[in-house]
Amino acid sequence: MSLGQRVSSDHQLTRLLQIGVVLEELVESRAAHHIESLPPDERAEFDEEVEELLAEAATESADHRERLEALIDDLEAETVGYEEINALVDAQYGPPEDTDGVLYDQLANEETAYKFYDDLIEAIEASESEFAVDRERLLETLYSIREEEKEGVEEVTEVMEQRA
Amino acid sequence: MNTADQYLKAIYLAQRIEDGPASTGTLADLLEVSPASVNEMIGKLEERELVDHEKYKGASLTDDGLERAHNALQTYCIIERFLANVLEVEEFRDEARALESVIDDTVAERLDTIIDRPAQCPDCFDAEQDCCELLELEASGRAD
Repeated sequence: MSLGQRVSSDHQLTRLLQIGVVLEELVESRAAHHIESLPPDERAEFDEEVEELLAEAATESADHRERLEALIDDLEAETVGYEEINALVDAQYGPPEDTDGVLYDQLANEETAYKFYDDLIEAIEASESEFAVDRERLLETLYSIREEEKEGVEEVTEVMEQRA
Repeated sequence: MNTADQYLKAIYLAQRIEDGPASTGTLADLLEVSPASVNEMIGKLEERELVDHEKYKGASLTDDGLERAHNALQTYCIIERFLANVLEVEEFRDEARALESVIDDTVAERLDTIIDRPAQCPDCFDAEQDCCELLELEASGRAD
């Protein structure tokens, strides 16, 4: 058991970045599943704004994934492919009841990702270890992804408030 | 998972291993910290009414402590299963121990949406083997 929140090796850092990639793949896959899972009558009501929000979330996740993968490449490791995660989502997916359920799930996605990057940044900053990837580049990438996740939380919250 | 939850989980497992109150020595071994650190934290958990401590016997979880320990162990099981079955990490026990302090419960909940976890989790956790007794392992490492 390891007490104290810090990243102390390349190996541990790689594993955490791989988890980040999976979280992004989850967002991407769940957003796609949500759109497909809606019954036709709900789908008609599924307004443009929500559909756009999910499409944007999927695009942003794909971009975050690529940026994380570039760091993982430098650490000479691999990631689990999108198709594999998509298949796992498929196996366990239970569609939300309605559009509000979709938005709640999307909010949980964004909030979880934000919390993950926030904890990861804190754990890297608390560590004095040298990593095989440039520390400044690593932190800059994570700061910028964290900021986008924060904006994502705000966007979903805004849409939810408008619908209330 | 925060430090208090890691302690509660360790007390829960130590109580199962020892079939009684968790001794300071066992907790120090499980948590890889000094007995003095264990005693200090037990005092804090006692103040928060999560643990009862009896001198010369050891620490036992209160009902509130037990509930939190259960949740913490469930989070830990999710991390182990995710590492073993999704990332296919062979040394998933060691890695779960190294990562648990950095993985928040909300993150574990998301990872839980793609793993296959038995309904009785975490009762099927084998304290001595340090993993779920129902965990089926994949053939080889994928994401290394």
